[in-house]
Amino acid sequence: MSLFEVKNITVAFGGVKALNDVSFGIDKGEIFTIIGPNGAGKSTLFNVISRIYEPSKGEIYFENQNISKTKPHNISKLGIARTFQNLELFENATVLQNLLLGRHIYKKTNILSEVFFTPSARKQEHEYRLKVEEVIDFLDLQHYRDTLINGLPYGVRKNVELARALCTDPKLLLLDEPSSGLTNEETIDLGFWIKDIQSLLGITIIMIEHDMSFVNKVSDRILALNYGKILASGLPEEIKNNEDVKQAYMGE
Amino acid sequence: MRFIFKTKYSQDINIAKHNGDRFWYSLLILIMVVLPLVLDDFYLGEISYICILSIAGIGLMILSGYTGLASLGHAAFLGVGAYTHAFLLTNGIPFYASIPVVIIVSFLVGAAIGIPILRLTGMYLAIATLALGFIAEHVFIKWEHFTGGNRGLPVPQPEFLGMSFYDSVFFYYVCLVFLIAAMFAAINILRSPTGRAFVAIRDSEIAAQSLGVNLGLYKALSFAISGAFTGLAGALLAHYIGYLAPDIFNIFLSLTLLLLIVVGGMGSLHGTVFGAIFVGFLPQLIAICRDYLPSSIGSQPGLEPMLFGLILVFFILYEPLGIYGRWMKIKLFFELFPTYKRQTFKKQKVFTKSDRV
Ligand SMILES: Nc1ncnc2c1ncn2[C@@H]1O[C@H](COP(=O)(O)OP(=O)(O)OP(=O)(O)O)[C@@H](O)[C@H]1O
Ligand SMILES: [Mg+2]
Repeated sequence: MSLFEVKNITVAFGGVKALNDVSFGIDKGEIFTIIGPNGAGKSTLFNVISRIYEPSKGEIYFENQNISKTKPHNISKLGIARTFQNLELFENATVLQNLLLGRHIYKKTNILSEVFFTPSARKQEHEYRLKVEEVIDFLDLQHYRDTLINGLPYGVRKNVELARALCTDPKLLLLDEPSSGLTNEETIDLGFWIKDIQSLLGITIIMIEHDMSFVNKVSDRILALNYGKILASGLPEEIKNNEDVKQAYMGE
Repeated sequence: MRFIFKTKYSQDINIAKHNGDRFWYSLLILIMVVLPLVLDDFYLGEISYICILSIAGIGLMILSGYTGLASLGHAAFLGVGAYTHAFLLTNGIPFYASIPVVIIVSFLVGAAIGIPILRLTGMYLAIATLALGFIAEHVFIKWEHFTGGNRGLPVPQPEFLGMSFYDSVFFYYVCLVFLIAAMFAAINILRSPTGRAFVAIRDSEIAAQSLGVNLGLYKALSFAISGAFTGLAGALLAHYIGYLAPDIFNIFLSLTLLLLIVVGGMGSLHGTVFGAIFVGFLPQLIAICRDYLPSSIGSQPGLEPMLFGLILVFFILYEPLGIYGRWMKIKLFFELFPTYKRQTFKKQKVFTKSDRV
């Protein structure tokens, strides 16, 4: 049984169908990449999974549970974390505060224990911090703990957003164009990290990417979208040689 | 330049980050405690008022500065606190029992108003809160049984701990203790998950939501907490003015609170105190200025609101970080002397963002 399944999802904005009857499934432990030209509907798919957009048709299953009606703020509690194409960091907060927000779903304190900052509130902060430090070590963010986001270079910001998603301890990670805007060196690091997230942390990854050499290196399977429809899906070699996919990219 | 050598996570969790902090804040509190020895009643009264304004400022700061939600009607909460307190005292409830009730009532009123109103954003929210201020003023006039209507409501000044609220030294200490307690409460909220969730909502609702922050719940909570602080300030304000009338809690008072947090520095608790000092002494300053202005201008009735407006615009344009931001720059200047670079506080390159996520 798949870990995650999208069934017949259709999303329409006015007359435009951003997604048209899209279905696919993902196995546990996979790195699954979605490719497609600009406006193909890739980000829309993520936004449907995050429950930001309401699909006009179709269902989504995660661990055999229908999550099509789950509240947006409960998605991360199920174990689905994401990053955003245009970076949605908390700009006027430090890296540490951003990462600590990744632990929000584990909050046990209530407002009273927080006002008095009871020992249990303090203990919770310590526990949050331990997990956050693991992620900081994993993604080499040691230098930036107390830096405000709006003082960071772009590459580090992208890294912080990935770190914040990892802090939620997800089972499924959605990465929207993780390599865009990165330098060559940063992209190489990212490739290693993504592989490590899969093998060391055991997290399943769905990734949207444009950089085909990067895609071919890290992906287990690829899905190609165009105009909201699935063009092809399969192993990297199959996609590389698929005529429809070539056509879609040439015709751009 | 100070380098803090951190060896424990608790150093990041603690309120005072190093011994220097601990020393200066203790000294400040000590000075505040001995102040009545050197100041006369008039100035003690002024400082008590500034303490009250600071507490109200903390309330609005949590809502606007930390959660990013505008309120142009916050005087309503001062009114709720003041009237509730005066009503309870009139009915023989002692001071120490009345205050917690005031806090709870203002919290609940905040939540009750917050839940429907917070579906609005930006300009619409600002207008709705503005309307809220007017509605509250109207309720204070009409609900005579509770507020005394336009006749007003005298505030009883009961004994508390064997002391009278007429004693300005005692009242000063009461205000000071409440300000310190309010500060600690606010700091505690802000270093906890709830406070971080507020900041998250301010900076990116969409990311906050994807990390499990229930937007509706936390916005309402922010409104409620904000209401609780401001309501507490209202209770103390009731003692300070001694006689409540509905028109005290008007739009001008709401704007004063807004001016307070903008001038003090959005998103900083220090800023609430700086801002309170500023708006607390502003009327005196304006009075002094009046004397020096030509009488055709000086005797104009609308001078105060106009100046408030001008100052507000000035700060938003030229000193968006407020007095606290300026203070941080000066502090850094001395810490780094002589290597301070002006660019340090220049706005960083802003990456292009589109509305799409
Ligand atoms: N909120 C929205 N309202 C209206 N139309 C939208 C909205 N979001 C996306 N669209 C439209 O849906 C289509 C798919 O957009 P989407 O953002 O999913 O593209 P994408 O595949 O992520 O492209 P890119 O590679 O540029 O990120 C586009 O035509 C876009 O204009
Ligand atoms: Mg996209």
